[in-house]
Amino acid sequence: MTAASAAKLRPHPALAAFVAFLVVAPFALSEFYVTLMNYIGLATLVVLGLVLLTGVTGLMSFGQQAFVGISAYTTGVVTTLYGGSPWLGLAAGLGLTALVALGLGLITVRLSGHYLPLCTIAWGISAYFVFGNLDVLGRYNGLGSIPALSLFGWTVDTGRKSYALIWVATLAALLAARNLLDSRSGRALRALRFRATMAESFGIDAAQLKLVIFLYAALLASLSGWLYAHFLRFVSPGAFTVNVGIEYLFMAVVGGASQVWGAVIGASLLTMLKEWLKDILPRFFEQSGNYEAIVFGLLMLALLHRARDGLMPVFARLGRGDPRRASPPVAAPGLSRRPRPAAGKLLLELRGVNKSFGGLAAVRELSFEMRGGEILGLIGPNGAGKSTVFNLVTGVLPADGGQIRFRGERIDALPARRIARLGIARTFQHVNLVGAMSVLENVAIGAHLRGAQGTVAAMLRLERDEERRLLHEAARQVERVGLAAHLGDSSASLALGQQRLVEISRALAADPVLMLLDEPAAGLRYQEKQALAGLLRRLRAEGVSILLVEHDMEFVMGLVDRLVVMDFGEKIAEGLPGEIRSDPVVIEAYLGGIE
Amino acid sequence: MNEDIFLWLIQDGVTNGAIYALLALALLLVFAVTRVIFVPQGEFITFSALSLALLEAGRTPGTLYILVIGGLAAAAMEAFVALRERAWRRLPRIAALYVLLPVAVAVLVAWAAPRKFDQWIQVLLVLAMVVPLGPILYRIAYQPLANASVLVLFIVSMAVHYVLTGLSLVFFGSEGLRSRPFWDAKFRLGVLEVSAQSICVVVASLVLILILWFLFEHSIYGKALRATAMNRVGARLVGIPTVLTGHLSFLLAALIGAVSGILIAPITTLYYDTGFLFGLKGFVGAILGGMGSYPLAALGSIAVGLLESFSSFWASAFKEVIVFTLIIPMLAWLSLRSRHVEEDEE
Repeated sequence: MTAASAAKLRPHPALAAFVAFLVVAPFALSEFYVTLMNYIGLATLVVLGLVLLTGVTGLMSFGQQAFVGISAYTTGVVTTLYGGSPWLGLAAGLGLTALVALGLGLITVRLSGHYLPLCTIAWGISAYFVFGNLDVLGRYNGLGSIPALSLFGWTVDTGRKSYALIWVATLAALLAARNLLDSRSGRALRALRFRATMAESFGIDAAQLKLVIFLYAALLASLSGWLYAHFLRFVSPGAFTVNVGIEYLFMAVVGGASQVWGAVIGASLLTMLKEWLKDILPRFFEQSGNYEAIVFGLLMLALLHRARDGLMPVFARLGRGDPRRASPPVAAPGLSRRPRPAAGKLLLELRGVNKSFGGLAAVRELSFEMRGGEILGLIGPNGAGKSTVFNLVTGVLPADGGQIRFRGERIDALPARRIARLGIARTFQHVNLVGAMSVLENVAIGAHLRGAQGTVAAMLRLERDEERRLLHEAARQVERVGLAAHLGDSSASLALGQQRLVEISRALAADPVLMLLDEPAAGLRYQEKQALAGLLRRLRAEGVSILLVEHDMEFVMGLVDRLVVMDFGEKIAEGLPGEIRSDPVVIEAYLGGIE
Repeated sequence: MNEDIFLWLIQDGVTNGAIYALLALALLLVFAVTRVIFVPQGEFITFSALSLALLEAGRTPGTLYILVIGGLAAAAMEAFVALRERAWRRLPRIAALYVLLPVAVAVLVAWAAPRKFDQWIQVLLVLAMVVPLGPILYRIAYQPLANASVLVLFIVSMAVHYVLTGLSLVFFGSEGLRSRPFWDAKFRLGVLEVSAQSICVVVASLVLILILWFLFEHSIYGKALRATAMNRVGARLVGIPTVLTGHLSFLLAALIGAVSGILIAPITTLYYDTGFLFGLKGFVGAILGGMGSYPLAALGSIAVGLLESFSSFWASAFKEVIVFTLIIPMLAWLSLRSRHVEEDEE
């Protein structure tokens, strides 16, 4: 066993301390604190869903309490009105939640920015009034005498017994979420929020992934609701007001919405603070009032003004950083590779392609061809439409007219993620890396389509074999561009030229047939450019075709097989580098005509 | 349902709808200029309606404490910045705007409250208390985060909503209040008996909407607001102070909220947290109108009012459910229609 894999097996000291505390707590704490811990666990489950939904994916919800309520009421009805088993109640609750969440999710995950939170507030209010007005749910009085759970003859009828059940479930959910974020699907998720275009360009189905996470968050809330109903043995609408939903989100923000353990910290701090404030504040004021709400609001304001990332980073700094990230991945068998087309065979074909933005024609009647094993340079003055061509070929933008074919198949109507499947990979002119992720993880996003394991497998760690192969492949590609020493660094810490190299290695990790490189040499030093040119030549020899946009003419002329020159959206010349260099039209476009 | 009830429901719906239209207007204005989804808009309604009812009863409304506390907090933040930048000359202006003015209003209201002046004077007192809360709120909560993302500003709004509802409970208590109608008369219009109060509401809403439209189209401040709404950076480049436009839009929002509260106070019994739902219904109206156009938002709001009054006739327990569930399909349609790439917020 290597040192790296031994480190993997050693649990994090903070995690070990936390689990130890959870084991000792029910024996050491008074009944009051055990109950408080139960509420913390129940809240943590919901907040964990919000961390994945809001913090990681960027979908903000103030309506999670509705899912808690649906499940709590479902199990209440199943067990009290129909005398069913609580386990039947769990199945029914999860099922109903999944159904409702799927319906809402199909609509809402496509909503942009501010519409989603408004929508969640709206359904939260609706759910509250539905709970409070249905006769079968006991209206505003709620449902009482819900039976206790029983597990293999062991009846969970005290706070301490509930504690065991609640915290086993919570801990399992926390570990599953941590596993998920550290996986193929997790990387895709973390890329979605700020880098949606890039994610789609490497074959990630953003809408589907968002729906899965939405569903998962709803099911976590649902599980919390079921535990809540059988722990408290009573359900009423007051537990599912909009304010409860707002407080769940506050907990996520306090903990630091992008971190799994932030859910525990946020839920613990606010639950305890609320209990403490309820106890202490009325002593200072004569009137009764919802004083803790004022304190919560002010606390949130202060936090958003001063520490927008929440308190988790502060806690992380107290412990030592996670050392596992830095270790290189272990060797693993290689991934299968795509067959390359024969050299000289027609690969990419643009015919009469048009694209305009408003009144401005960015690309006009553009036609050219590319063949297998060829490096084609696409050059032209600034604003000639080169990057637009990249976006049209990779499906980031839809073409207004004309045809684009790849290996004979029309791709001009396909979305970016479908085009990625055909073996087209690209880099971006404006570096499009996920700053918070390491170089290795960024590059592994490139290999997304070469893995197949989904979210459930990731939570249960059933995909470790594939994961090792993906990471090994990513590491190989990082090494290839000469950044092996930076494998574990965060991509934001690299120089701009190095970030461009990371972009290239990410494209390489996709095992492309055709690579589109947008100004790969910008910001590189002379030796680095030489090395890059050497790498691109080797790739060509391996059968990879490259479409290259670059302003460094020395770099371009020494490397490409042919050139296409654009100006004002039109092709003005095409040919071998030597011919282009002496073409009067090209010279005029670059240097301006003499009038 | 007979004709009488039908017409009565329409009257009721249009009256409430007119209020929602005013709120929708304020919400669109604030969102366009500052990108803030101003959920606490409804709290202005609560503050002004309950203040008016308390003044009528000869009691001192707690709003003046909120005004003074808010003013002091804003003054402290301004003074902190001024001291750090060693801009001493700003201090007198800060003291005048954020300390003297609120205190003066508070003293005036405290003096006037037990004297039970005419209703129109009480209305002016309420406006003097509630309208300054807009800019104060902007200064305290939003200005330090003016460049944050829409989602962060959204959480800020929820936090502000939390604080204001909490204060509302502290200062107004949990009892419901209703003020006297401005005008008690009823008219017969064919079979329909129209209350003068409803006419007041609709006319006042229309007048306010027209005034705002006029200000927007023809004053230099209106132009500055519109310019900021269109392009924040561009507006700053041509010398429009975006902090000022932020203050201005919140001032208008508070004014609209205060007027709405005064209009609605005699029609509905309000509690410390009623405003929240009113504000959200304004959002529903704005969203039904496509979240962009003022006239469509007004129409959408009228539709919300009508829907609400008819559903309270047929399924009164579920009227909120119906209104708030309505926006889900509407939002879906909106988001399908506007397909824009949203990213790189980092």
